[in-house]
Amino acid sequence: MKLRDICSLTEGIVVSGESRLDDSVDFAFASDLMSDVLTIKKDHFLLITGLANIQSIRTAEMSDAPYLLLCRNKEVTDEMLELAREDNILIIKSKFSMFRCAGILFNAGLKPVY
Amino acid sequence: MRFEYKVEGGDFTQAGYAASQVKKSLKQLGVDSSVIKRVVVALYEAEVNIVAHAYRGVIYADIESSGIKLKLVDEGPGIPDITRAMTKGFSTASPAVREMGFGAGMGLPNISENADSLLIETEVGKGTTLNIEIRF
Repeated sequence: MKLRDICSLTEGIVVSGESRLDDSVDFAFASDLMSDVLTIKKDHFLLITGLANIQSIRTAEMSDAPYLLLCRNKEVTDEMLELAREDNILIIKSKFSMFRCAGILFNAGLKPVY
Repeated sequence: MRFEYKVEGGDFTQAGYAASQVKKSLKQLGVDSSVIKRVVVALYEAEVNIVAHAYRGVIYADIESSGIKLKLVDEGPGIPDITRAMTKGFSTASPAVREMGFGAGMGLPNISENADSLLIETEVGKGTTLNIEIRF
């Protein structure tokens, strides 16, 4: 699924990495627990989270998960943006809850990691 | 090739810096991406542990042709019971650490799973040293 479609389906706005909107991703994982995200062996997946701090960006970087969907319109700080730009990580911000975002994207065909 | 990074306890803005730098170096050296991921996940978790639990620490990363040796030396409270600390779900992390998305008792088990070798030396009231080896 194209990141552009993910953004549209979740009525999101892109706050970083706009050039990656035409990238495609097949899998997603939703969690606020970064240690859990770090157990995933797969790379190149969409991280859906409500955790808006520098560690969610670091975790995306370490997990080779270059796409992050931030739910509930959480604020993206300047330091998050700086790191995301440095690592070319796409951040989409949605007003929807994590449950709703995950439900919409699952129904649209995005696959779960587990 | 040897790198050294200083880590301050409680400084979550810098947690992950060492892992990020090591990742860049391993990529430049053309190390297999699945191995790089194991290295950086283990190192990142260990780095977060210093920030979360210790007062300060130093990370030494030795990259050789056959693999990487990571040594994380911290000054901190030490680990009173390593067996419990290695148990999934056991954690002594503060609420502030949990707010950062960690502290669910997955760090050390995660490090162990990604490492080819993990040796923990600890002294209560003094600190902890982690020796991690991952082969390329």
